[in-house]
Amino acid sequence: MNSDKITKWVLLLSSFIILFVTGGMIFSLINGSIPAFKNFGFGFIFSNNWNPTEGKEIYGALPFISGTLITSVAALIISLPLSFSASLFLGEYFRGTKMAKVLGTMVDLLAGIPSIVYGLWGFYVLRPFLIDLGIPNQGFGIFTASIILAVMIIPYATSLSTEIIMMVPNELKEAAYSLGATKSEVIINVIVPSARSGIIASYILSFGRALGETMAVTMLIGNANVIPNGLFSTGNTMASVIANQFGEADGLKLSSLMAIGLLLFLITGIINGIGKFIIKKMA
Amino acid sequence: MNAAAKRIEVDNLKVRTLKDNFIKGLIIVLSVITISPIVLIIYELIAEGIKQINFQFILKTPPNSFEAMTALANGDIIPGGIANGITGSLLMVVMASAMAIPVGVVTGIFLYENPGKFLANLTRNISDILQGVPSIVLGLISYVWVVKSITNGFSALAGSVALAIMMLPMIVRSTEETLKMIPQSIKEAALALGVPYYKVILKVLIPTGFSGLLTGILLGISRVLGETAPLMLTALGSTIINMNITKPTSAIPLLIWEFYNDPNMIDLVWSSSLLLMIIVLTLNIISKQIAASSK
Repeated sequence: MNSDKITKWVLLLSSFIILFVTGGMIFSLINGSIPAFKNFGFGFIFSNNWNPTEGKEIYGALPFISGTLITSVAALIISLPLSFSASLFLGEYFRGTKMAKVLGTMVDLLAGIPSIVYGLWGFYVLRPFLIDLGIPNQGFGIFTASIILAVMIIPYATSLSTEIIMMVPNELKEAAYSLGATKSEVIINVIVPSARSGIIASYILSFGRALGETMAVTMLIGNANVIPNGLFSTGNTMASVIANQFGEADGLKLSSLMAIGLLLFLITGIINGIGKFIIKKMA
Repeated sequence: MNAAAKRIEVDNLKVRTLKDNFIKGLIIVLSVITISPIVLIIYELIAEGIKQINFQFILKTPPNSFEAMTALANGDIIPGGIANGITGSLLMVVMASAMAIPVGVVTGIFLYENPGKFLANLTRNISDILQGVPSIVLGLISYVWVVKSITNGFSALAGSVALAIMMLPMIVRSTEETLKMIPQSIKEAALALGVPYYKVILKVLIPTGFSGLLTGILLGISRVLGETAPLMLTALGSTIINMNITKPTSAIPLLIWEFYNDPNMIDLVWSSSLLLMIIVLTLNIISKQIAASSK
């Protein structure tokens, strides 16, 4: 066999590694969660019981699924006006200027901050501030976690939608300007409609990010294994229950946590898949 | 056009200009609010953390809770440092890089060489999915694969496997994107001279795209350096400097988490976070500089 063939095989094999790792991951997650699903059936997904007492063990994922979805949706809503403004700042108003460079760098740095540092800042700086505003539960809960999550997903949403906004053809904008449109009219009537699906995709992808965040949420959400009954209620997310309960887990409890991991994997996979699909269709 | 219609038009333009300026102002204000957290966070870390940063902090292991309490009661700074975290982070990141970089770069080359082929598209989509997997799930996986089966206990190896799976898709995609920007003619010139394929990769593609590859690698490293959740499930933490890859090992983020849970150690929380941030942001900025200078 000549060296070119060997090279081709090496390239091919290495690409199999990634397929193998992902396949193995899905297999291990399913394999690990079989005891939980055997014991509780698919009711596991819709049950809100969480009782680790030996002999009376019963686990359900609904409080965590609902907590995850509520915090992520709230984070998305909070981040939307901020990151959309920033992407217009970067991609339209101050495109290519020094100001945009500074702002862009700072947004990028936000993406570099580790999750645990966000959690610390939320715990020691944001939480006391919210307590002063009269937020109940010592400032812990869905609301506080959502604010921090919003800050954490802002860089992703901003950089993706900035790119999309920059892709809007100049001819379209110039045509509107030549008809006498102001800048804000161009944004509302030309840029947003023509970049709409891309902008939606970038927010879907940021939503996918928010679903899996662990440390910052764990430190702020209050870790109550109940279905949250409001924006200021405490709760728990799928990622943070795994982080919290993993230490003392074995047997059925470990399997339940694996099942929650599997569900989290599936949900983020579907959300990311939808986002990527929309972006690919655009390109 | 009569005078009245003209006035309406002028008024209309005034309203529109006013609205335009209002929206511009709103966007500037909201953009400034967007970046304010980075300023506030860095300010807080420096204000609270700088007093603990000294040589001892880098060279020693953490004190126990009682020592910290005594120091606090006497008004001293807390003795000890995070040497075990620094060495642990270094050990795990080096191992993760050793696993992820070769596989990632070679897979990236595969994607670049086979555009539009079924297997390449599949690999690309799978690596996109892998990139979206929450890090805590990677921790679970490495727990099952390494902690339960290979090292029979929490270990640095398990931690680095989780980090490697996290780095892999980032490196694959950045390699592919970098190579796409290299002019085809350079590669074709080498092939026309009859250079074997592996030499084209090693002597042409990788050197030409080196700065791009390095950017991707540094960004990947800076991302995994701050990861806490997967390490809690795999490396667990240790109070001593551990270089045995089959034993539990600490890391800077793991120490931050331990300090956070001990009210006596609060000062160390801030200084360790400050150190972690300095390392992560420096890597970030260096990689951005490399990317900018190669354009």
